[in-house]
Amino acid sequence: MARISGVDLPRDKRVEIGLTYIYGIGLSSSQKILNQAQVDGGIRVKDLSTEDVTKIRNIVTKDFKVEGALRTDININIKRLMDIGCYRGLRHRRKLPSRGQRTHTNARTRRGRRGATVGGKKK
Amino acid sequence: MPRSVKKGPYIDEKLQKRIQLMNKSNQKKVIKTWARRSTITPEFVGHTIAIHNGNKFIPVFISENMVGHKLGEFSPTRTFRGHGGRSAERSSKIR
Repeated sequence: MARISGVDLPRDKRVEIGLTYIYGIGLSSSQKILNQAQVDGGIRVKDLSTEDVTKIRNIVTKDFKVEGALRTDININIKRLMDIGCYRGLRHRRKLPSRGQRTHTNARTRRGRRGATVGGKKK
Repeated sequence: MPRSVKKGPYIDEKLQKRIQLMNKSNQKKVIKTWARRSTITPEFVGHTIAIHNGNKFIPVFISENMVGHKLGEFSPTRTFRGHGGRSAERSSKIR
């Protein structure tokens, strides 16, 4: 069973895609990893040999920040913004978009379902 | 898109001069400034700067974490009281 940094990889997907199920690894870093490990990304996860899995695991733990560590890092960055009281921090506090997007309408990713927040436009 | 590295950070010259003067003479006085577009450099740390928000000056104590941000980020220019409804009224009273 291919288990890398606490995530079970889906068995029937191609390795290239399977690696992206790890938080912090997208398609391009996945391809970089496979290149470095010299493993063909086209084969299925279940067909990986144990050595290949070990090689991939070593590269991931050595060069990449994934899963919990990455999440805490992101939260620390957001917390820093909130603590220094800058504009982006204020936006985070109110759970609004922080990069100047419009909030008159849309912005549903940050504000959640309609009517959930004060000022949410009701139908 | 960020500013070109070649140019270096933008720092308001007058403000920088005043900060350097204060650093030399070890004074700590609140500086009023309109230079919201100026980057905060490590020299600024420990000073209190009153940043204009278009209406009044907001005093901001500069800490180490703020280096690299712009002064304007710490002095909000808009007051949002929420849109209509009872819940909005309540939130405006809280302030």
